[in-house]
Amino acid sequence: MAKQPIITVKNLVKNYGDFTAVKDVSFEVYEGEIFGLLGPNGAGKTTTLEIIETLRDKTSGEIMVDGFSIDKDTDSIKKRIGVQLQAAGYYPNLNLSELIVLFSGLYGINKTPMEMLEKVALTEKAKAKYKDLSGGQKQRFSIATTLINDPRIIFLDEPTTGLDPQARRNLWDLIREIRDNGTTVVITTHYMDEAEVLCDRVAFIDAGHIIGIDTPDNFIDKLVATGFDRKKQVKSANLEDVFINMTGKEWREE
Amino acid sequence: MTNKPYSNTRATLAIAKASFRSILRSPSAVVFSLAFPLIFIIVFANIGGSAVTVDVGVDKKCDTLNPVFGILKNVKVINLIKDQSAGDMAKNLSKGKIDAIIDIQKNNGRPPYSLHIQYTKASEQKDGILRSLLNSIFYQLNSQGNKTPQPVADIQETTIKGRQYKYIDFLLPGMLGFSLLSSGVFGTAFVFLSLRLTLVIKRFFATPVKKYSIVLGEALARLVFSWIGALFIILVGHFIFGFTLIHGVTTVINMLILSAIGLIVFMGFGFIISGVAKNESAVPPLSNIITLPQFLLSGTFFATTAFPSWLQWLSNVLPLTYLNTAMRNVAFEGAGLGDVTHQLLILGIWFFVVYAVAVKTFRWE
Repeated sequence: MAKQPIITVKNLVKNYGDFTAVKDVSFEVYEGEIFGLLGPNGAGKTTTLEIIETLRDKTSGEIMVDGFSIDKDTDSIKKRIGVQLQAAGYYPNLNLSELIVLFSGLYGINKTPMEMLEKVALTEKAKAKYKDLSGGQKQRFSIATTLINDPRIIFLDEPTTGLDPQARRNLWDLIREIRDNGTTVVITTHYMDEAEVLCDRVAFIDAGHIIGIDTPDNFIDKLVATGFDRKKQVKSANLEDVFINMTGKEWREE
Repeated sequence: MTNKPYSNTRATLAIAKASFRSILRSPSAVVFSLAFPLIFIIVFANIGGSAVTVDVGVDKKCDTLNPVFGILKNVKVINLIKDQSAGDMAKNLSKGKIDAIIDIQKNNGRPPYSLHIQYTKASEQKDGILRSLLNSIFYQLNSQGNKTPQPVADIQETTIKGRQYKYIDFLLPGMLGFSLLSSGVFGTAFVFLSLRLTLVIKRFFATPVKKYSIVLGEALARLVFSWIGALFIILVGHFIFGFTLIHGVTTVINMLILSAIGLIVFMGFGFIISGVAKNESAVPPLSNIITLPQFLLSGTFFATTAFPSWLQWLSNVLPLTYLNTAMRNVAFEGAGLGDVTHQLLILGIWFFVVYAVAVKTFRWE
């Protein structure tokens, strides 16, 4: 598989006054992959994402998104990306259909609300308000708004935080589907099991530095090769498997 | 997907449409812009208190014992001033501190009494009220006099239309101003603050939309909503309470244009508050600081002439005072927009001051 970089970040630095949130970060995201940015809270994941998303100014460094420079072509970049923010709200008092209409106008794209809601299985909620949705539905709706402009890349910032295991699996399926339709996905998460099954490649960020980029498999193999062994005997199932097995895979609408 | 040129107009209209829908569904907007003014109109129009006063100097030579003077004395709107020297009175008249000077004389012939009245250019609006009042008083007086064959008195002042200045004519423009003020200040402050705090604006910035589209779209929605509210208040006032619209539709259109100008100035205060307020609970106190003094001091319920002079000075600084005056001139006096340039000029100055501050304090994130 020819790996074509669709995002290139070179020596990215971001200072907030005296505090350096991102220190000389460089990485590439390949076209058509699910790329995970992993790291503890405050490591600089969200800052890095928001700079690539053109929402925040960088202090220095170079970023190319789908062939466009973040310094000169922010408008072209905005048209090519879809952004889901951590904890973002939506325009008050509007239902999902009306929100899709609003976003279609903001992107200058003709999309019917039903066509977008269908992609995330929310057609029955077309007349519902965003605030009345369940956690999983909210995340799926957010993802629908990122897909309106048929983006080349979508950015998902902790989309599964706070979801129950069923909703999480449901969202994984949706994200894989989006990737399979040719859209590159950049995602942040705190759940390593999620990164392991979902991401094609991951980068670990800590204290503003990238401390490793590879496929989840290679990372695990390398660690095992050093002689690492889990303290507890590894069983062929974990508690989450038990949970899913007992409560069923079927995702529940609250 | 990227071949089509991006349309800022379309994005602006998309925001305007979304915002308009949202305003219609927000109870506070509807209550402040429609329900409150209407309730005030219904309550106060029925109490029918005369809050307008016209200061009328009484000429030293005036015959104060005749029945015509007796009637004027009992008209609440007319405040008769007798304790000034002829010189002071003339001076005050030219400054507009008093609105007219009357002199009633007993005639030897018919009609038995004549009222000589001197108006002043300095107080044209009040004089319009006085003219109408006198006309209606004399009409009643003379029709009572019809039992006797001759009219009791006449006014030595030529052709005036028999227009009656009703309290609704004073009250309704004030209510309209109040509605625009609260919608402009509270509405704008709340919307922009909550869009900022809930990261709606941040999410917008991830789309190709321009900042001016967001401001313009919100303003457009609020303007259309305020226009509908104003039209509703004017029509209810006109058809139910007999609010005077001198030139009919033209007057209404002029009032709507004034509404737009007022709203734009008041929205500036809203932008400032949305930038200064840290959270939503800080919006009402800050908004009240802007709206309450204007509500009370800008001649919304009472004519500002009833205030002591130091308070009048404050009234004469506030933008709502000028919007109210312009509205009343347009609605009752039949003035065109060209006749209220003084008021428009002051509102223009406010516009520049308010938006200069708003540009400094407004925050997107």
